[in-house]
Amino acid sequence: MSIVNLLRIAWQALRRNITRSILTMLGIIIGVGAVITSMAIGAGAQAAVLAQIESLGANLVVVIPGAITSGGVSLGTGSRTTLKLPDVDAIASTVPDVAGAAPYSQTSAQVVAGGMNWYTVIGGTTPSYTGVRSWSVAQGRFFTSAEVDQAAKVAVLGNTVQQNLFPEGGAVGSIVIIKNVPFRVVGVLAPKGQSGFGRDQDDTVMVPITTLLDRLTGQTWVQNFFVSAVTPEAVPAVVDATERLLRLRHHLTVAQPDDFTIRNIADVQQVRLATSQTQALLLAGIAVVSLVVGGIGIMNIMLVSVTERTREIGLRMAVGARGRDILLQFLVEALTLACLGGLIGIAIGVGTAQGSSALGHWPVIVSPFSILLGFLSSLLVGVVFGFYPAQRAAALDPIVALRYE
Amino acid sequence: MTDGALARGRATEAAPSTREPLIDVRDMTKVYGEGDTAVRALRGVSLRVQADEFVAIMGPSGSGKSTFMHLLGCLDRPTSGSYRLAGQEVSRLSRDELAAVRNRRIGFVFQSFNLLARTTAQENVELPLLYAGVPRDLRVQRARALLQQVGLGDRLGHRPSELSGGQQQRVAIARALANGAPLLMADEPTGNLDSASSAEIMTLFRELNRRDGITVVLVTHDVSVAAWSNRVVTFRDGLIIDDRPSAEAVPRRVRESMLGTAPALEARP
Ligand SMILES: Nc1ncnc2c1ncn2[C@@H]1O[C@H](COP(=O)(O)OP(=O)(O)OP(=O)(O)O)[C@@H](O)[C@H]1O
Ligand SMILES: [Mg+2]
Repeated sequence: MSIVNLLRIAWQALRRNITRSILTMLGIIIGVGAVITSMAIGAGAQAAVLAQIESLGANLVVVIPGAITSGGVSLGTGSRTTLKLPDVDAIASTVPDVAGAAPYSQTSAQVVAGGMNWYTVIGGTTPSYTGVRSWSVAQGRFFTSAEVDQAAKVAVLGNTVQQNLFPEGGAVGSIVIIKNVPFRVVGVLAPKGQSGFGRDQDDTVMVPITTLLDRLTGQTWVQNFFVSAVTPEAVPAVVDATERLLRLRHHLTVAQPDDFTIRNIADVQQVRLATSQTQALLLAGIAVVSLVVGGIGIMNIMLVSVTERTREIGLRMAVGARGRDILLQFLVEALTLACLGGLIGIAIGVGTAQGSSALGHWPVIVSPFSILLGFLSSLLVGVVFGFYPAQRAAALDPIVALRYE
Repeated sequence: MTDGALARGRATEAAPSTREPLIDVRDMTKVYGEGDTAVRALRGVSLRVQADEFVAIMGPSGSGKSTFMHLLGCLDRPTSGSYRLAGQEVSRLSRDELAAVRNRRIGFVFQSFNLLARTTAQENVELPLLYAGVPRDLRVQRARALLQQVGLGDRLGHRPSELSGGQQQRVAIARALANGAPLLMADEPTGNLDSASSAEIMTLFRELNRRDGITVVLVTHDVSVAAWSNRVVTFRDGLIIDDRPSAEAVPRRVRESMLGTAPALEARP
């Protein structure tokens, strides 16, 4: 018997009991819908975290000052003044596998340009920062090492600051006033968007670290070092070597603890990645459970259907249907149920993913793979749970089946 | 109908032909169940039927007629004995082989019609062709021709619920003929019909037998139905106890009253 005829027979049988067919499909619909939605949300979250890692800078290691312990009370990480500018140069020049190292300190201030003003974060650093933190310049240029050495009064604006201070453009070459100090704008950074922590990374102004320390904060220490390793694999070694180098430079004895903390940003993000993966896995588990429940529903209805149609089966056998014809008939019927449910589930899953993305403002990615997976799993459910009832139908004895009341 | 042994003797005499019989059953037995509850439905039945015979099987309820028909129709396998259908031993065939025999070589008509509900007359007739792998256009064509032949050319799209009992049975007969089987088996085909519809159905059977040379074996409780046949085989307690031409088996009065209606119907092309 051809597949066309099998499909027609299945379709007629299912149409005969539309309500029952739809109710039977519900489990599969929910299961496949959950597969698609969970994979879309999982993939979206993962992509977002990866994009955040990307925007932080490749293979990033952050050095912050250690906590001061005063009489057993910790004053918090970053409260010490142990990080000095020459430390950065030492890291960049002596630690192996370092792609770049940049100091970073910041303060908040009102920036004035002409009639406009904007309260923002002023970051002080060196030109290495662009490479380490993956920044690029959209207009003009970044400041140079020479300008850092001279503590030149030059600034590079973040995109947000530029838009607010120079809505008509023409930022490069203009003068901005920060804490009564005039800075010449030499460049504008390319936009980067939100950080992983929801902060607008483009809402900043960059100046040479020396200028920041001398003119704006009056500090002699640096708040952070950003160090980037050449490869992700090199990160742990860079962390170790940096720690050893800084201990040496800070003249710490074996008994003394580090007066700084080294954080591997990728690790932090990996944890978040793993969390999102766990969530996706949980959802996938729910999807599998409802697929199985849906499959049991199909098996149940197919068993009922086989019993109801025992005489039909007997008759078909009497006019020449072989066991295999009957097996195929009921298997195709179960498969049709499962696949229809699967297709509806895919539609609903995609809809739910897009809808929740629009409502909840989180990223989703509906991959062709997840759609394929959803469809194949409904197919699998149809075969696995349709086989037993179909097998029972095929094993019927023609006479017994014909006489069945 | 009194002496079984004598009857069997006569049965062999009744078919002295040297032609290979279409049906050749020897010492067939059928036991349902096992042990204490075993029912010996057939206890050693032998029967030969030549091609283009029209045989009526009669006998009291429970005598094994249906059991025998199911075995002849290859719907079931005997417990012992042999069954040669057109020279081929079919009593030991596998399930699939039996299905093929049922599909190609035997048409079966049931008392309760056994049409698929919510399926048109046309599709019901197509069913055996479907399992024979006949292409669609040929299937449609053949089913239509058969329904025309049984006088239902104007009822192709009707469902069983929209047809009378007699019409339903004619659809079932068309279905039994679909694959051009040379043998038509019917278990009480008129059992659910009134006498007018019965006469119609029997006319159809006789026409198929006389004109197309189709061998007909049918079970009936009704002497007036047996009157249409040319041979009456009688069962009792799982044995054939009588086998004679219907001219002898059916009272003359019954035959004349029944067959008197026939010529008009038979004149149909
Ligand atoms: N599937 C079965 N299981 C057990 N016993 C059976 C089965 N089918 C038939 N029998 C028994 O076999 C015997 C013959 O039954 P069968 O149906 O052949 O009789 P029959 O001559 O067709 O009767 P009727 O004229 O009432 O249709 C009966 O005793 C019946 O009870
Ligand atoms: Mg019977």
